[in-house]
Amino acid sequence: MKSLGSIRRDFAPWNDPNAKPYIQFDKVTKKFGDFTAVNNLSLTIFEREFFALLGASGCGKSTLLRMLAGFEEPTAGRILLDGQDLRGIPPYRRPVNMMFQSYALFPHMTVENNIAFGLKQDGMPKPEIAARVGEMLKLVKLEQFAKRKPHQLSGGQRQRVALARSVAKRPKVLLLDEPLGALDKKLREETQFELMDLQQSLGLTFVVVTHDQEEAMTMADRIAIIDKGEVMQVATPAEVYEAPGSRFVAGFVGNVNMFEGKIAHGEAGAASIDAGNGITIRTEHAGDAATGAAVAFAIRPEKIRISSTRPAGAVNAIEGEVYDIAYLGDMTVYHVRLDDGQVVRASTMNAARITEDPLSWNDRAWVSFRPDAGVVLTR
Amino acid sequence: MSNAAVTAATSSRATAADKSALARLGEAFVGRLVILIPYLWLVFFFLVPFVIVFKISLSQTAIAIPPYTPVLGFGDGLAGFFAQLNELSIDNYTWLTQDALYVNAYVTSVIVAAISTVLTLLVGYPIAYGMARAPAMLRPTLLMLVILPFWTSFLIRVYAWIGILKPEGLLNQLLLATGVVSQPLIILNTYTAIFIGIVYSYLPFMVLPLYSSLEKMDYSLIEAAKDLGCPPTSAFWKITFPLSLPGVIAGCLLVFIPAVGEFVIPDLLGGSQTLMIGKTLWNEFFANRDWPVSSAVAVILLLLLIVPIMLFQRAQARAQEQDK
Repeated sequence: MKSLGSIRRDFAPWNDPNAKPYIQFDKVTKKFGDFTAVNNLSLTIFEREFFALLGASGCGKSTLLRMLAGFEEPTAGRILLDGQDLRGIPPYRRPVNMMFQSYALFPHMTVENNIAFGLKQDGMPKPEIAARVGEMLKLVKLEQFAKRKPHQLSGGQRQRVALARSVAKRPKVLLLDEPLGALDKKLREETQFELMDLQQSLGLTFVVVTHDQEEAMTMADRIAIIDKGEVMQVATPAEVYEAPGSRFVAGFVGNVNMFEGKIAHGEAGAASIDAGNGITIRTEHAGDAATGAAVAFAIRPEKIRISSTRPAGAVNAIEGEVYDIAYLGDMTVYHVRLDDGQVVRASTMNAARITEDPLSWNDRAWVSFRPDAGVVLTR
Repeated sequence: MSNAAVTAATSSRATAADKSALARLGEAFVGRLVILIPYLWLVFFFLVPFVIVFKISLSQTAIAIPPYTPVLGFGDGLAGFFAQLNELSIDNYTWLTQDALYVNAYVTSVIVAAISTVLTLLVGYPIAYGMARAPAMLRPTLLMLVILPFWTSFLIRVYAWIGILKPEGLLNQLLLATGVVSQPLIILNTYTAIFIGIVYSYLPFMVLPLYSSLEKMDYSLIEAAKDLGCPPTSAFWKITFPLSLPGVIAGCLLVFIPAVGEFVIPDLLGGSQTLMIGKTLWNEFFANRDWPVSSAVAVILLLLLIVPIMLFQRAQARAQEQDK
């Protein structure tokens, strides 16, 4: 299998054994009473990285961010920033800034004063503050709104003010807590790219918390998938999607079809899986599973072909019945019920305006996929 | 109030768009009626009594029932009514400015009320802040505790303070027993006792509006301030306090206004040495039976209180208008 690298081809410090980690969570545990929000978690983030903490709500990702900002202290373990242990350093002395989910703009101050707030705290001379504020307003394209109060702005504009305020001090690390959560879909997509550009142009380290996998996939260099206070996988978006490390990650990121079974016959780089009910799957990706091991075979819907007859020469082809079709415009999603009752999801890009092989409800159909299309999961 | 009326009217109009004309008419009537009730209340229980008091303040005292003249009436026809109106004069008001007693009483009352208000704010703010930051489960209980004293008569509570503050009272006994003082402190019958009484009695009026403005404040604002390099104390003055200003102002008005005219507390705790307008008014009315002069005192007191409040509210409304 080809390696799955980051989108920025020249940027992969995590593959460099000599790279110095910038932020380190070292066996960090955080308990709130009886509840363990973060459980013995270790994580390394590199300078200038756009790092996403992805997980469902309540998984502990926000707690990680708040510990980095200094609003919570870890119950056990250390957090290092640029080699310095952050324990005991109050939030107002940490070289990190946070963009809050609620934006937390000061309602009694103008946009200008909101952005200048942190600079004034640092005792920066007035002309410099004015210059920096002007620069920030330009950066987020809000020059003509400088004198407005937050309640006179739209949601998208408020988001920009919050962003400008949090980067105005040029922090070593910018923490973003669900930065796009309150925006509508279109604006969110635009802003994703703007955030990436901003991170590139300022050369800052971004740590973003999100529950939106698409957001994480779009923006991040690497994603850490968090569940119940533990890291499930840290990898580039492509790796997370194409080579998930566990059933949880495969199911959490994107859609997936999962076949539970046993390795019937394994050899180097190939295996056949007995998925029960006479279904045998031949795959070129067997991981480190030994013969007889219980595994899951995971395959993404877009990697499954659907046809009314068995495709000639297909290595893996299973027959079933079309029971649901969803036409989404750019693609069509088929739900095919196999003869053993399992439902397989297959999606087809609508490359042509008129489909040449129209399938309809209750038609017999074949789902087929290449031997390198799926992954074998042991965890 | 007029703003609320306008919104109520618009919303009722919007929802009634597809209803029958009759139902719409009925709804409009109910809407008007709801607005009318507070107006009627104010007219009958504020405006009418005020006009009566104002009229008495323009009359002359007389040994009669009622103890002033003229008594307006139509006994002598319309001409007689106008003749009676001509007898009214502003003599009582000129009298108030000539006697230093009244001016002193007004000034002292305003000063005492102002100091008491500041003291109440200083005591009330930490209480309200603590309540607003308390765990959500505890807040209703704390709120209840603030309101609880109202369940006992105000008069009894002020009397109780005599027992605490008098030279041989509980406070002095405690201080003497612990050796903090060797001579009993003279607190009763001084302005200090009045301050204590007012702060104690009016504390809930300060705490409740403060609490409601502090409680709805988003705590993430404080975190944002800290995140931007602001230490906690500084964050309080730059964020929390400015945002709680509406509560501070409401609380101060709620304490200051009744404190200026306060009678019971200066009378019971302040003794005869202290001079406040509420006591002066009471003396004028009950001891001297001079209804016209006491009415004039009351009218001036009202103007003294209402004019600054109205000016303040207009300034605030204008500021809000500019914000939009």
